[in-house]
Amino acid sequence: MSRIAETFTRLQAAGEKALIPFITAGDPNPGLTVSLMHGLVEGGADVIELGIPFSDPMADGPVIQRASERALLHKVGLRNVLGMVREFRRSNQQTPVVLMGYLNPVHVLGYEVFAQEAAAAGVDGVLTVDCPPEEAAELSAALIAAKLDPVFLIAPTTPLARVKQIAALARGYVYYVSLKGVTGAGNLDIDDVARKIAALREFLDVPIGVGFGIRDAETARAISTAADAVVVGSRLVQEIEAATPETAKEQLTRLVASLKDAIR
Amino acid sequence: MSSYDFPDARGHFGPYGGVYVAETLMAALDELNAEYARAKADPAFWQEYHYELKHFVGRPSPIYHAKRWSEQLGGAQIYFKREDLNHTGAHKVNNTIGQALLARRMGKKRVIAETGAGQHGVASATVAARYGMECVVYMGSEDVKRQAPNVFRMKLLGATVVPVESGSKTLKDALNEAMRDWVTNIDSTFYILGTAAGPHPYPMLVRDFQRIIGIEAKEQMQEMVGRQPDMVVACVGGGSNAIGIFHPYVEVEGVRLVGVEAGGDGVATGRHAAPLSAGKPGVLHGFRSYLMQDENGQIIETHSVSAGLDYPGVGPEHSLLKDIGRAEYVAINDDEALKAFEDCCHLEGIIPALESSHALAYAAKIAPTMAKDQIILVNLSGRGDKDINTVAGLMGLTL
Ligand SMILES: Cc1ncc(COP(=O)(O)O)c(C=O)c1O
Repeated sequence: MSRIAETFTRLQAAGEKALIPFITAGDPNPGLTVSLMHGLVEGGADVIELGIPFSDPMADGPVIQRASERALLHKVGLRNVLGMVREFRRSNQQTPVVLMGYLNPVHVLGYEVFAQEAAAAGVDGVLTVDCPPEEAAELSAALIAAKLDPVFLIAPTTPLARVKQIAALARGYVYYVSLKGVTGAGNLDIDDVARKIAALREFLDVPIGVGFGIRDAETARAISTAADAVVVGSRLVQEIEAATPETAKEQLTRLVASLKDAIR
Repeated sequence: MSSYDFPDARGHFGPYGGVYVAETLMAALDELNAEYARAKADPAFWQEYHYELKHFVGRPSPIYHAKRWSEQLGGAQIYFKREDLNHTGAHKVNNTIGQALLARRMGKKRVIAETGAGQHGVASATVAARYGMECVVYMGSEDVKRQAPNVFRMKLLGATVVPVESGSKTLKDALNEAMRDWVTNIDSTFYILGTAAGPHPYPMLVRDFQRIIGIEAKEQMQEMVGRQPDMVVACVGGGSNAIGIFHPYVEVEGVRLVGVEAGGDGVATGRHAAPLSAGKPGVLHGFRSYLMQDENGQIIETHSVSAGLDYPGVGPEHSLLKDIGRAEYVAINDDEALKAFEDCCHLEGIIPALESSHALAYAAKIAPTMAKDQIILVNLSGRGDKDINTVAGLMGLTL
């Protein structure tokens, strides 16, 4: 069983929901990322989504765009990100790490090379935002051959036929995008999300995580009643942005702990 | 080659093109694709498109023999396809008319657009006014400064211009921001993409609306000189004016197709916007194509005196035409383009757009190596009124 599947099985047995924090690798500087990852785990993270910085983050709002820009000031590339995961794995073998980003940095490395290096570094899953199932065959095959889980998005606009198509390809979990918009937007409709998740259950064997626009413990709690996992990104990145490098880990840990408490 | 038929049903031009977007946009692109398939098969749609091109845009645009310049160069005869004479001053309007008619069929009341030089923004604002739609144009804040007259034109036409401050603050960032708007307002909004790039079906759609350039040119050349040109030259930003004039010629033997990218300070300096000349295949803005990127797959900032060519990618069909050897792609530097701009003003009485000046510069460079009875057809994609501030600035003047 993959580390992601193990995590969800354990949480389900305990009647718990997963908290999946997102941070961008290299933000605010590459030296801090591994320590921030440990901080997320100390706060109660069940899975970590680690963003691969990209120059043109088309699906992201201003907060995560700025995180990418800060990381790119330090020239953080995909191989640096893999190095951070490798370092994190030296003292953490339990917490799954899912890389999240855009296709081009992966494309330029080559799908097979990337998949092998990512698996060797201790990555568990990969979500490339701009690679829908239609274009994903080659990358998914390479990921699966390296025992990595391809994670896919489902959106409020996804019709049923596509849900079935995605269900056939998805491993680990699916990521339900809770609103029409970019990351960090503020137009999330909790009741609507709950209805959609209930409808999706019929077609999906993997757990359902929900993200985009979850900014506080209240919303996290409400979403967690319907979903298997709650993804929080922009709110955490904002915390990093507001902190100093000295206080970032502590502040992040505290915030993650409050979110985890809310969904327990 | 008698089997050139691209894209396939999924929008692939060989290994290029495709639909590389976040899931939220997939349904909207499918809807657009389906609506375009219906429109394409509907004679009434094309009837209205052609009516608008004739009465609103002023088509057909003429072909013009640039006699004095040809004579001075002493080689091939240079002809211009006069897209600069279109209403709004460039080829961009051929596409915005087509897309606005599609938007209307789909019941969308709000249109958005990205723009670099401002020509596509003006053409979008124009059709939005013409059909009674709300219009929002995203423009890099760097370009807002470079193309002030066009910004004001868009405002006069009732559009809202949103300066984009992220990334390099140019066309690619405007495109990112337009996509973000679209994903947020997907139910009400039609995205009028300005070049033959982006996710399927845009590269096909834009090409089909720009093919009118090449279709007319073929007829006009036959009428005017009794034969087709030896070479067709067009500048390549995202590639819409070039694919518009190339596509009807792809299967015509003996016609060389040359796309001219922006060489900026020179391709060797790295400060340019010439992905076909110096880039590698990659994925950006929803499609796979040649792309200016670093070893980490980050998009490199581009440099060109011409805002409309300042784009790190290129439409996927050009990548295919390059790989199969049907078209050639070259780069022209800023200084060469500016020289051609001046020559065209002085010798022909036409102020060309800086974008088009790249195509003119290549024609002027190659013409002397060709025989006097050979013919080069240059797509004069737009007029240069919008560029007078830029050119004055380079001459050390302020207007
Ligand atoms: C006059 C003119 N020519 C060419 C271009 C480049 O675009 P494309 O390569 O899509 O024709 C532009 C873009 O703004 C333009 O305004």
